Amino acid sequence: MSSESVMNRRRVVVGALGMTAAAALGTIFARPASATPEAAKQLLQTLAKGEPREGRVTVKAPEIAENGNAVPVTVSVDSPMTEKDHVKAVHIVADGNPNPGVASFNFSPASGKCEIQLRVRMAQTQKVVVVAEMSDGTLYSAAREVKVTIGGCGG
Amino acid sequence: MADDIKPRIRIPQNPKKGDVLEIKTLITHPMESGQRKDAEGKTIPRRIVNAVSVTYNGKPVLSGKYEPAISANPYLAFFVKVEESGTLAFEWKDDDGTVYKAEEKITLAG
Repeated sequence: MSSESVMNRRRVVVGALGMTAAAALGTIFARPASATPEAAKQLLQTLAKGEPREGRVTVKAPEIAENGNAVPVTVSVDSPMTEKDHVKAVHIVADGNPNPGVASFNFSPASGKCEIQLRVRMAQTQKVVVVAEMSDGTLYSAAREVKVTIGGCGG
Repeated sequence: MADDIKPRIRIPQNPKKGDVLEIKTLITHPMESGQRKDAEGKTIPRRIVNAVSVTYNGKPVLSGKYEPAISANPYLAFFVKVEESGTLAFEWKDDDGTVYKAEEKITLAG
């Protein structure tokens, strides 16, 4: 084998490595753009205007979710749920999905207790932010980070 | 496809007046997010259940708006306070305009 053919083979190997790297970069950039915490905040501002306070809202979700396709999330708000003092609305956003919105709920005193459980898709590790709007107009907020092993938005 | 969409509702047994009941609901639905692509690289159009509402004897209990971030076969558990026997009515709205309805009778003991 001549030294020239060895050189050629090397060049081929280097070339192939370069292609793989380029392909890998391509897949990174081809991923759908994800929402940012700022986008999530902005959305919450349009849903419920004002500065939310801490407290009264509890967000329960697993610390680590293996499957991002269905992450159980429980939201409860401490409120007597009477005609005078109840939770009017609950807004849920997730700041790492392609779109930050998840769901909004309107409650009435007929609920008796402000607690809901639902299952959410999560594309990656991210924060679930919940804002609750009380009948007197005050806002309360809470957030919970969920680590996602396998994202649930691609395919 | 639309034929597979079926609501399932679970209510507690033997409710009493003044009880706060936990209602569990699930509707079988693909909740196509509009983000996925098929084998040819074309985007699969979005088709989700975008709204849900619950009334008890005609009075609103809970209503919600869903985004594509809700999992397939959307599950929802919530509470309702019952002071009288009656009918719990559910409605889910599909992106394609279909409305899926379901009803559950609640009869209070004593």
